[in-house]
Amino acid sequence: MTLATRPVPGPAREYHFPRFSARRLDNGITVIVSTVTKLPLVSVATVIDATALMDPLGREGTAELTAEALREGTASRSGVQLTLDLEKLGTSLEAGADWDSTVASLTVLKRNLGEAFRIFAETLLSPAFREEDVERLKAERLAERMQLLDEPRGLADESFSRFLYQADSRYASPASGTSKSVSAVSHHHVAEFYKKNYLPGATTVILAGDLTLDEGISLVQSTLGSWSGQEKAKTVKADRPSRLTRAVEIVAKPDAAQSELRIGHVGIPRTHPDYFDVVVMNAVLGGLFSSRINLNLREKHGYTYGASSYYDWRRQSGPFVISTAVQSEVTAAAISETLREIDGMREKEISEDELTLATSYLEGVFPIRYETTSAIAGALANMVMFGLPEDYFDTYRANIAAVTTAGVLAAARAHVRPEELQVVVVGNPEVIREPVKNLPIGPLTVREATED
Amino acid sequence: MQIPIETFRLDNGLLVTLSQDNTAPIVAVNLWYHVGSANEREGRTGFAHLFEHMLFQGSEHVGANEHFELIQRAGGTLNGSTWLERTNYFETVPSNQLELALWLEADRMGALLPAMTQAKLDTQRDVVKNERRWSVDNQPYGTWWEKLPALAFPSSHPFHHSLIGSMEDLDAASLEDVEQFFRTFYTPNNAVLSIAGDFDSADAKALVKKHFGDIPPGKGKPPLEGLDLPDHFGETLRLEVEDDVSLSRLYLAFRSPVFGSEGYYAASVTGAILGMRQGSRLYRSLVRERQIAADASAFTFDLAKGRDLLIVDVTARPETSAEKLEEEVEREIDNLIKGGVSDEEVQRAVALIQTDMVTAMQSASERADRISMFATLLGDSSLVNEQAARYNAVTTERVNAFIRERLGPENRAKLLYVPRVKAEGNAEQEEIEVAAS
Repeated sequence: MTLATRPVPGPAREYHFPRFSARRLDNGITVIVSTVTKLPLVSVATVIDATALMDPLGREGTAELTAEALREGTASRSGVQLTLDLEKLGTSLEAGADWDSTVASLTVLKRNLGEAFRIFAETLLSPAFREEDVERLKAERLAERMQLLDEPRGLADESFSRFLYQADSRYASPASGTSKSVSAVSHHHVAEFYKKNYLPGATTVILAGDLTLDEGISLVQSTLGSWSGQEKAKTVKADRPSRLTRAVEIVAKPDAAQSELRIGHVGIPRTHPDYFDVVVMNAVLGGLFSSRINLNLREKHGYTYGASSYYDWRRQSGPFVISTAVQSEVTAAAISETLREIDGMREKEISEDELTLATSYLEGVFPIRYETTSAIAGALANMVMFGLPEDYFDTYRANIAAVTTAGVLAAARAHVRPEELQVVVVGNPEVIREPVKNLPIGPLTVREATED
Repeated sequence: MQIPIETFRLDNGLLVTLSQDNTAPIVAVNLWYHVGSANEREGRTGFAHLFEHMLFQGSEHVGANEHFELIQRAGGTLNGSTWLERTNYFETVPSNQLELALWLEADRMGALLPAMTQAKLDTQRDVVKNERRWSVDNQPYGTWWEKLPALAFPSSHPFHHSLIGSMEDLDAASLEDVEQFFRTFYTPNNAVLSIAGDFDSADAKALVKKHFGDIPPGKGKPPLEGLDLPDHFGETLRLEVEDDVSLSRLYLAFRSPVFGSEGYYAASVTGAILGMRQGSRLYRSLVRERQIAADASAFTFDLAKGRDLLIVDVTARPETSAEKLEEEVEREIDNLIKGGVSDEEVQRAVALIQTDMVTAMQSASERADRISMFATLLGDSSLVNEQAARYNAVTTERVNAFIRERLGPENRAKLLYVPRVKAEGNAEQEEIEVAAS
């Protein structure tokens, strides 16, 4: 009744990443336009080299607050007015800061682009940073920090970073700051951060969608062409590991229904020459549904709803993490199985079948990732913030296809380091402490959940 | 904006919609089965979702987990999801792999049972129990998914019980249940298939017929009983829940007209006026101006049978007590009933909804899913092209009439989450600590 013969695909149709062009305006702003005419939409992503690594010491979270405060009004528009003016055009401005950039973005119908962009430009040129607005954003941030303690997934991610990096390395604390550091930021600090770091020479405006290069350039020139400024901040080294030997920490959550588990160590920077080997290696280890770790923990043992691994790509070395949530009773067993899979990646080459599963997946999904104008703008924003070459997208699939089983083994041996594994478990210490203590994963500490 | 729509039905009842777009070499295949948690029998809560997991455990010509592997090897993405009224399965693949996706879907629609084993069921039962722990039990406010429908629908109603299911009912699920569920609900005449993206229309039709044409139709499914309900709850329903949360949260639900009905669009616009983005009423008033809430939003459940729910969701600031939160949110609703909404508020809401609809149509997967939604729930795929007009037709008068008719105290269900008072100390100390941190 159904057909036993598996379909054989015909030849794949040609695909290339949407074409884009870049121009530098006289005041230093870079404009990148990618014309995509499928639907009458334009996405804007403005990348500013103003990052969490530029946060003043003790005032971590300033970059994020500054980005958020862009939406809170300009010299001539209150925050409410600004919000409503954009929303009447069917759009709203998103703005946030992370380790490697501040990004402000919006997607709008083409017919509303001009007006929406003028309002957006106003937020960059004359943000108000009123005291009451910044104070409100801070209070919202403090409420979020309280909620973090209730939320095992976020708590585990954050606890892991804190365990991984030296306390005085910026990556040890959250990009958007803790309640203590955010409390120390005033609207003056926000204005100062803006003045020092929001500079035309550090800004790239990306426009993807239904517009031409000329339209894009004239839009940016007419709105942001007069913007000036010059100081430049330095970033700090942020990625020193806290230790180079195994260690395990339990963050106590006595009523937890599950253990949130994070296993890994400090990874490598985004621009590392082994990037493609590592991406394929990680896909096999824990990046795909059919990865070794997910098939083991979920499909073989039923310990979890899902298990995955990833490298958190940053300019400096972000975490390499294996992440899962397991039934409390099997916490130790799940850690052991994970260690086994990690060792396996380093013992011998993966099979040709595993290699082609990963490479053909990564090559094949490439066009699927860039169906929308906001995804295209986001990809170009990544290119800018990591300084990737302009042919990066055109050569991506060939670079993936060139990865070999030997390359994957070399990447695993170089960039997965079992002797340095750090383990963080957010869970019920009464159930998990003893079994976890007996594992060969280094000294165990138990601590209360905190957020600052 | 109009997207191309071509619809046909196979002899076995499968309703097929094609929407061609050759801009990128990508195609999305999307199947909706008209079965969800509402169709579960007593003592089997969570079964529709557990069954969805079993659909990835192989079929007559496909091994366990091979569905995932074959699609990923082909360079595609895939998943499935379960809701009260439907279960969907979807793949997006390079366009030369269209037949693979169709073959995989057809094999499990036509011949799932030969691959089902007790061992697979037991493993997926454990996986689903861990999904429950992860998404419901170990998440702050995670139980709202089951507590709100339980409060807002009477116990005899198909939407009343838990979608993810109780641990006991998951334990009770058997291979016999799998077989019965499959034969009853996973039939071509209880499914719609939508294909969006890069294909040749004649080729796609031929492939659909080749793979799905010989699957025999089912014998029909038992009707859902007791769906219809009065327009109002008849009173204010209220449930207070202590949870391991730091901030109080109120879910306030109103019984509202079903998805796709004329009244639905007024309800949807009301939701956007109340809680869509930062310019919405509740956000402006409670978060920005008065600063008693940390967040506020509103949305419809989009149920097409019986009655839908319009839901307002507001989280308190640390210094705002649960009582105060409840009082202030209701005051906002009362003010809305008294003063009504303005033309500008309606225009803002409709403009945001319109942009979102166009934005969603960029993705083949989203296109196919929305087509399947209209085909399954309302029997007409072409409605996907009428949504902009439906929203444009919503007048301020209609929104205000909806608000007067549906948002009063006789039609409110309140689910209030309150921070659990810790073992040591009394409630007063607890509050002081919270305010000081």
